[in-house]
Amino acid sequence: MTIYYSEDHEWIEVEGKTGTVGITDYAQNALGDIVFVELPEVGEDFAKGDEVAVVESVKAASEIYCPVGGEITAVNEELEDNAALVNTSPDGDGWFFKIEIADESELESLMDAAGYKEFIAGLE
Amino acid sequence: MTMNNQGRPTSVENSGNSTRSGYPSYTGSRGLSQVEGLIYEIGDTSRTGVDFPEVEDFENRLGGMERTEEIGLAGLTEPEAMRHYTRLSRKNYAIDLGLYPLGSCTMKHNPRLNEKVVRLPGLSDIHPLQPISTTQGALDLIDTLAHWLKTLTGMPAVAMSPKAGAHGELCGLMTIRAALEAKGNPRSIVLAPESAHGTNPATATLCGYTVKPIPATKDGRVDLEAMKEALGPDVAAIMVTNPNTCGLFEREIIEIADAVHEIGGYFYCDGANFNAIVGKVRPGDLGVDAMHINLHKTFSTPHGGGGPGAGPVVLSEALAPYAPIPYVVAGDEEFELIEHDKSGKSFGRMTAFHGQMGMFVRALAYMMSHGADGLAKVAEDSVLNANYILASLKDVMSASFNGPCMHEALFDDRFLKDTGVSTLDFSKAMIDEGYHPMTMYFPLVVHGAMLIEPTESESKLSVDQFIGMMRHLVAAAKAGEKERFSGAPYNAPLRRLDETAAARNPVLRWTKPDQ
Repeated sequence: MTIYYSEDHEWIEVEGKTGTVGITDYAQNALGDIVFVELPEVGEDFAKGDEVAVVESVKAASEIYCPVGGEITAVNEELEDNAALVNTSPDGDGWFFKIEIADESELESLMDAAGYKEFIAGLE
Repeated sequence: MTMNNQGRPTSVENSGNSTRSGYPSYTGSRGLSQVEGLIYEIGDTSRTGVDFPEVEDFENRLGGMERTEEIGLAGLTEPEAMRHYTRLSRKNYAIDLGLYPLGSCTMKHNPRLNEKVVRLPGLSDIHPLQPISTTQGALDLIDTLAHWLKTLTGMPAVAMSPKAGAHGELCGLMTIRAALEAKGNPRSIVLAPESAHGTNPATATLCGYTVKPIPATKDGRVDLEAMKEALGPDVAAIMVTNPNTCGLFEREIIEIADAVHEIGGYFYCDGANFNAIVGKVRPGDLGVDAMHINLHKTFSTPHGGGGPGAGPVVLSEALAPYAPIPYVVAGDEEFELIEHDKSGKSFGRMTAFHGQMGMFVRALAYMMSHGADGLAKVAEDSVLNANYILASLKDVMSASFNGPCMHEALFDDRFLKDTGVSTLDFSKAMIDEGYHPMTMYFPLVVHGAMLIEPTESESKLSVDQFIGMMRHLVAAAKAGEKERFSGAPYNAPLRRLDETAAARNPVLRWTKPDQ
């Protein structure tokens, strides 16, 4: 089980061919209080970099990009009633969706935890 | 002589500016600041402001569909209804109460002359369905306003009917789409800079386009090289605001226009900030194909709760045939209103009638009372006021760009670093000082943005007072008076509202409390 991070502040936890995707603590903190999450449909296909979900915070609506291509196998329905989970548990209960990874080589362009930490330090 | 010896004291120890007493009032009101409930809380069904005769015997022909439960509408006497709305209005901020520094909104004074003219019965008591032989004066007015708009922008055509800035954008993009469709391919992409108004990508999306953002350069302008790289045969248009939302003139605007024309696309200019350049620069000379003009910004008609907007769109020769109907044409004998497009090129109709007549009258009154020279002075003074603010505040606040700026000055939150005060807190403290806050957290290209647009309406005295207030607050933040900000507003009718709770659990209707 490995966690990768994108420059757009999504994380993906990979187990076998399945990835679980959410947004990072840094992202939830920057977005502010999240009030609504629009999730994809199970069975939909997305390419790496596609707009896959939308988060609405008190400040703004922001797109979530698919960190790798594949088919959506599950979505976190809890978020429909309780979008605040993204704020309270961005890397746990606040996950967005699970995806069947089409091409594992796409993971190679993502960062590991140390790399992401360095990346956000550079944004400050 | 007659002595007034009734003993009424005429001077008191604490006269002048009052500080609040420690005595809570019985009513909850504080002098002239009166508490007021919701209309459903103060009204009930036992009272009414109108006196209907009792209904006598009648035949019910509703066939069992009649309502059997109480509607529960609040009943109020006429004085209660008057007082309710007057009291609410006194809790509000308005351009008639003070400086309204909302950046990119151009909250200028609404001259009283406009209001006098629009109330002339020949203009206020007419109806769009009257025979046009009886409304020749109104059509003449629309045609004259169109002439002024075309002259000021250097554009050959104008669509008058759009009713707001965003509606004007929609009109412009629909015109562009119609023109491209006539050539056989509507294309699929619209380019918009990162600092664009949110309405730009929204409009493009509504018209079926995918939006590609163009990054800004370090000095806050469109990155020409990145824009050229994004251009291709699928690009329908680029939408650029000039001056942009950082308050900066896009110096390479002609190169931008040429590049988009080269690939067969169109140049949409967001005219929201036209106030900075009116009478000085003609967008037609810059290669613009379509631009909306917010009459409620540049041409002083009321907005922000004070009235509807109006967003006529000027069009280039290439786009003019695709403009929406209806439009006014000056015939040999009389003015005509063209309701049907015989060429088949017009994309159709956007509004029931010809547009926002009340705003047309006010805008034309503003133009004609200023004259062409006066309008150029408007641009000069609005830019001067903004630069005066930039120059007077940049030693204590962090200016995002060094300037000079155009009609608005952009600051970010670097000056609040380590104070524990955010842009939001700072804005709320401005409310306690009796000011409407500036535009905050927009544009998105800087952190914790504060965008200040004073407009030309403000005198030097007024701008100096604003600057003094801002410097005072900055000093307080830097002196560690964090609570003054984090708890603000203290003096407003309501304290800080919980925006998150309002968004997560919106209460959209009143429900009768259990009795």
